[in-house]
Amino acid sequence: MSIVVTARDLARYYTVSRGAFSGSATLKALDGASFTIERGKTLAVVGESGCGKSTLARLITMIELPTSGSLNIGGQEIVGATPAQLKALRARVQIVFQNPYGSLNPRQKIGHALEEPLLVNTSMGAKERTEKARAMMASVGLRPEHYDRYPHMFSGGQRQRIAIARALMLDPELLVLDEPVSALDVSIQAQVLNLLADLQDRLNLAYLFISHDLSVVRHIANDVMVMYLGRAVEQGTRDQIFNNPQHPYTKALLSATPQPDPERKRERIVLTGELPSPLNPPPGCTFHPRCPWTFEPCARINPRLLVHDGSLVACHAVNPPDASTKAA
Amino acid sequence: MSMLEIENLTVEFKTGSGYFRAVDGVSLQVDKGEVLAIVGESGSGKSVSMLAVMGLLPWTAKVTADRMTFEGRDLLGLSANDRRRIIGKDIAMIFQEPMSSLNPCFTVGFQIIEALKEHLDLDKAQRKARAIELLGLVGIPSPEQRLRAFPHQLSGGMSQRVMIAMAIACSPKLLIADEPTTALDVTIQAQILELLVRLQKETGMGLVLITHSMGVVAETAERVSVQYAGQKVEEQAVKELFRDPRHPYTAALLSALPERAKGRKLPSIPGVVPGQFDRPAGCLFAPRCQLATELCHTTPPPRLDGALCHYPLKDGAPQNHPGLKERAA
Repeated sequence: MSIVVTARDLARYYTVSRGAFSGSATLKALDGASFTIERGKTLAVVGESGCGKSTLARLITMIELPTSGSLNIGGQEIVGATPAQLKALRARVQIVFQNPYGSLNPRQKIGHALEEPLLVNTSMGAKERTEKARAMMASVGLRPEHYDRYPHMFSGGQRQRIAIARALMLDPELLVLDEPVSALDVSIQAQVLNLLADLQDRLNLAYLFISHDLSVVRHIANDVMVMYLGRAVEQGTRDQIFNNPQHPYTKALLSATPQPDPERKRERIVLTGELPSPLNPPPGCTFHPRCPWTFEPCARINPRLLVHDGSLVACHAVNPPDASTKAA
Repeated sequence: MSMLEIENLTVEFKTGSGYFRAVDGVSLQVDKGEVLAIVGESGSGKSVSMLAVMGLLPWTAKVTADRMTFEGRDLLGLSANDRRRIIGKDIAMIFQEPMSSLNPCFTVGFQIIEALKEHLDLDKAQRKARAIELLGLVGIPSPEQRLRAFPHQLSGGMSQRVMIAMAIACSPKLLIADEPTTALDVTIQAQILELLVRLQKETGMGLVLITHSMGVVAETAERVSVQYAGQKVEEQAVKELFRDPRHPYTAALLSALPERAKGRKLPSIPGVVPGQFDRPAGCLFAPRCQLATELCHTTPPPRLDGALCHYPLKDGAPQNHPGLKERAA
C-alpha cells in the first residue's frame, strides 16, 4: 500500500483577456483539490464540462504547473523541482486521451508510435525497443502483424488499446485516463474497461479516471471525487458516493443518469439552469443558484469540504455553517 | 395503417470499391403519439434509415424500399417540391450536434422564423409571437431577448433547445431525434429528454429517438428496434426487451453494460461490427455470437419471434438450438 500521488489544495488559475477596453480576468479552472491515490487503486473524477477535470489531468501529468498548492508524485514534490527531476517524474505518469482518432499520428506506424517514448526517454537500442513494443502489443491484445500498420487501419477500440499500450511503454506508476471510453460503443467499451482492469491487476497501476459517465465510474473506481466549477463538492469511497450521496449535486447527477431498467421508476431531480460561467462564478457556494436546498448562508459563505457520514461534503445543508466555524 | 410505414428499406452508398450497404432490409412503423427508439452501435444504419425518410441523403446513396409512406403518401416517388411541403412541417428532425446544426451567421430568431415563413400562413407579427412562444415552450428564459442571440452566444443545451423549438415550430406529426443528447452533459441531457417527452405527450406527435444509450431507451421509449450492421435484429416493447431479449446481440449488449455487471470483468462482445469487405455470408452477427452454429455462418437467419435469428432466445435460452458441440470453430 504505497501512495503514488498526494495533492493538497491544488489550484490552477488562468488569466484571460477580455478585449481592449476591459481588464483581464482570472478564471479559476481548478480551485483547491486534495486527494491521494495508492498503487493498484482508481480515483475517479466526475463532473460536467467546465468542472476542471481536464485541468486536473494537465496538472497531474505535469503539462502545466499548479498556481498554488502542493503536488507530490512518488515522494517527489513538483513545485520547486528542477527540470531534470521533472523530466524523470514525467515518465512515471502517463496519459490516455478521450479521442483515439486524434491522439495517434496518422503518418506513424503503430510500432514506431509505441517505440517513440523509449527513444526519447531511455538509452535502449533499436532491437530492445522493438522487442519491448512487441511484448506490450501482446499484453494489450494486439496481434504481432499490427506492428507495421497505420492508425487508420484500426477500429476505435483497437486505437484506444494502442494509446493505452503507448502510455504503458515507460512502465509508469500512474495512468491518467481522460474519458478513455466515452468515444466508444458499448460492446467495445466493455472490452477496453476489461483491459484496463486486467492491466491494473497485473502491473499494480494507479489510475486517475476522469469521466462523466457514472455507470462506468461505478464499475471501475475505488474512490470518487465529484467536482463542480473547479471545486470538489463531495469525496468518498465508491460505495459511499453511490449508496449514500449527500451533496445535492451528487444526488442530482446520480438521478439524472439514465438507468437501463425500464421497470424502475424513480424520482428524478432535474436541475434547473446551466453551469454558470467560471469567469464570473456565483458568490458563496457556486452551486447555490441551481440547488434545490438553497437557504440563507449559501449565497454568502463558500462551504468547505468537511467529513459527514464517512464522506467529505461541501454543503451548508449537510454541515451547517456554525459547525464549520467550530471545526475551523 | 400507421403514420409512417417503412417496408424492406435498403440504402446503398456508392464507394470507390462498389456499393456499401448501410441499411439492409429494415421495416418499421410509427404511429401517432408513440415513442419508438432505434438503438444500435455506430455503423448500424440507424441514422441513415431516418435520413432516407427525410430525403437528406447525398446523391451517392441508392434508396430502395418496397414501401415508404407517410400518412399514406409515398415518400420515394415525391417530387422535390412536394417533399419540401412535408419535410420540416409534418416530419421534423433534430440532430446530434446542436452547435453545428445552427447557422452561425444568423440570429436564432431569424432561423426559427424562416421555418414558419416557409410552411405557415402567418404575418410578420404573428410569426414573431409564435417564435417567442416556441422559445418559451422549450424552456429558454427571457425568450424575447434570446430571439436576437446568435448561436455562439448560447450553450450546448440552449442550442439544442433552439433546435427543438425549430423542429416543433410547425407542430409536426412526426419528430425524429437523432442522438439529441449525446453531445450534452448528464444534467442537461436529463432536461432535454424531459422536454422531448413532455412535448410529445402534449402534442401527441410520434417520436423516433435514435440513440446508442440503453439508459436513454429504458427511460423514454415505449417500443424499441435494435439494429446491427444495417439490419433490424429485434423489435419489442421496452419492458419485454430489457426483461427477455430475443436476439443474442441484444442480450450481449445488455450484459455488456457496466450497470448490469456482476464482477470486475464485463461480459464483452468479442470482435467488431463487420465492414464493407468482411460481411459474413450468413447471419451478420455470427462471427461475434457465442451461440453461432454452422447454419448461422452459412444461411441468413429468418425472422422468428420478432428477432432475426435462427435460434431466438427465450428466457435467456436459445430455442431449437442443436447444442454447442456443433458450434463452428
